[in-house]
Amino acid sequence: MVDILRNYDILGAFWVTIQLSVLSAVGALVIGTVVAVFRVSPVGVLRVIGSLYVNLIRNTPLTLLMASSILGLSFVLGLSISDQATRNAYWWAVIMLAVYHAAFVCEALRSGVNTIPAGQAEAARSIGLTFGQSMREVLLPQAFRGAIAPLGSTLIALIKNTTVAAVILGTAESAGLLAQITENEGASLGTFFIFALGFVILTLPLGIATTNLSRRLAVKR
Amino acid sequence: MSAESVLFDAPGPKARLRHNVLTGVGVVLVLVIAWLVYGKMSETGQLESYLWTPYFTDPAVWTSYILPGLWATLKAAAISMVLAGVFGIAFGMGRLSESRPVRWVCSVVVEFFRSVPVLLMMVFFFFGFFARSTWLPSDLAPLAAVVLGLTLYNGSVIAELVRSGVHSLPKGQSEAGLSVGLTPSQTLRSIQLPQALRAMLPALIGQLVVVLKDTALGTIVLYPELLTQGGRTLGSAYANVIPAYIVVALIFIVINYSLTKVAGFVETWMKRRRRGGSSTTNAMPGAPGGTGAMPSSGIGGKNVQNLDPAGAGGGQLG
Repeated sequence: MVDILRNYDILGAFWVTIQLSVLSAVGALVIGTVVAVFRVSPVGVLRVIGSLYVNLIRNTPLTLLMASSILGLSFVLGLSISDQATRNAYWWAVIMLAVYHAAFVCEALRSGVNTIPAGQAEAARSIGLTFGQSMREVLLPQAFRGAIAPLGSTLIALIKNTTVAAVILGTAESAGLLAQITENEGASLGTFFIFALGFVILTLPLGIATTNLSRRLAVKR
Repeated sequence: MSAESVLFDAPGPKARLRHNVLTGVGVVLVLVIAWLVYGKMSETGQLESYLWTPYFTDPAVWTSYILPGLWATLKAAAISMVLAGVFGIAFGMGRLSESRPVRWVCSVVVEFFRSVPVLLMMVFFFFGFFARSTWLPSDLAPLAAVVLGLTLYNGSVIAELVRSGVHSLPKGQSEAGLSVGLTPSQTLRSIQLPQALRAMLPALIGQLVVVLKDTALGTIVLYPELLTQGGRTLGSAYANVIPAYIVVALIFIVINYSLTKVAGFVETWMKRRRRGGSSTTNAMPGAPGGTGAMPSSGIGGKNVQNLDPAGAGGGQLG
């Protein structure tokens, strides 16, 4: 057990997990917000683009996106981000995680918008608020509160899904490292629990925090 | 009620002009993306016909790569879903049990497997146990690892569905059961569970999408599923990596999209039936459509988080 901890860089692998999570969460939030704006816009073409994105990405396995990014996009099409192979794989992992989870961020935000009863918008208009005012003062605050819980779930899933990056990152990533340790040292429940515990530590507080936040901020209806 | 009817007023002349401009912008955006993709594909010779014709002319593409892969994917997904259902009902009922120790153990198990990534489990079971086991035929080892990983994770998600499904039943249901003399566990088994399971049906179909997508993780533990066979192996055998991945992605998208549609269909059908004068009108207040909280397209596994606002799982993305 001590040998395993000494010989393998488990903390390093989790540091990669955290980096991937943070970078791709930011990316997913940006892309997802844009797609969500498309999907709720009053313009037909933009709505079609938005729902096409969501339906295509959401129904594709993340593993396929990961594998095709390096084996397909990078090797065959020559779309490389960095000349250095490990950096290239790292940034492709971030991009694919962001692209994949953006579809779920979009749906989370849209479900937040959908929690608003039509009466709220009608009331805002009828007391004479402009479009900008009713968005700022009435609609978006409620939409945001309704979206906290699903956004939290998406973030937790994203953290767990960073393990899929092992497809292209190999042992630099926690799932890849666990595979290597288990292959070399044999099955040790202790090692598995260390890795499992790492993810429990990363995700459990987030789950509790977003649940509490969404309960506290819930719009009373 | 659709999102845009909440956010936007009926457009006047100025707004209509703006919408037309934005429509133009959208069309241009699509054309630019299509042109970029086409440019890159033709520049690297990916549109050459010899890369694509095997799909139409060479039956071996289908019979020795794609169909066996698809079969392996469906097989793993089906076995996992059945076992996950059993696991989920058992542990879901365990969490609703009268006995505190049973409740506690089941809660710990469910919460643990929900928060550990599926891939970690698969990798550990495969390299740690199945790949080196002497009693398991070596060609079954990857399947066993995939099925066990998927069962534990999705079973835990289904256990949560069962629990929240039972909790969201009207209180009168269990009270009625108890008042006619059933024990609490009889009430759970014969009154609450059947109703909860029926209300869960759309969410279960949605979970099947998650299972199907996650079988692709099997490629890491050498399971010859659709991504391995139709993507990696076919791609290197015919030297058409890009077309291979595109075809595999399309197969996954078609299957999963249809499943999502079926889930939506089942849901509206059940809602219509419920409206036809049954006592469980509001059986699943958290379910999509129940409060208008979810658009109909948000089925997927999204039901999970709606049923369970605690949301510690977010499993649908798995």
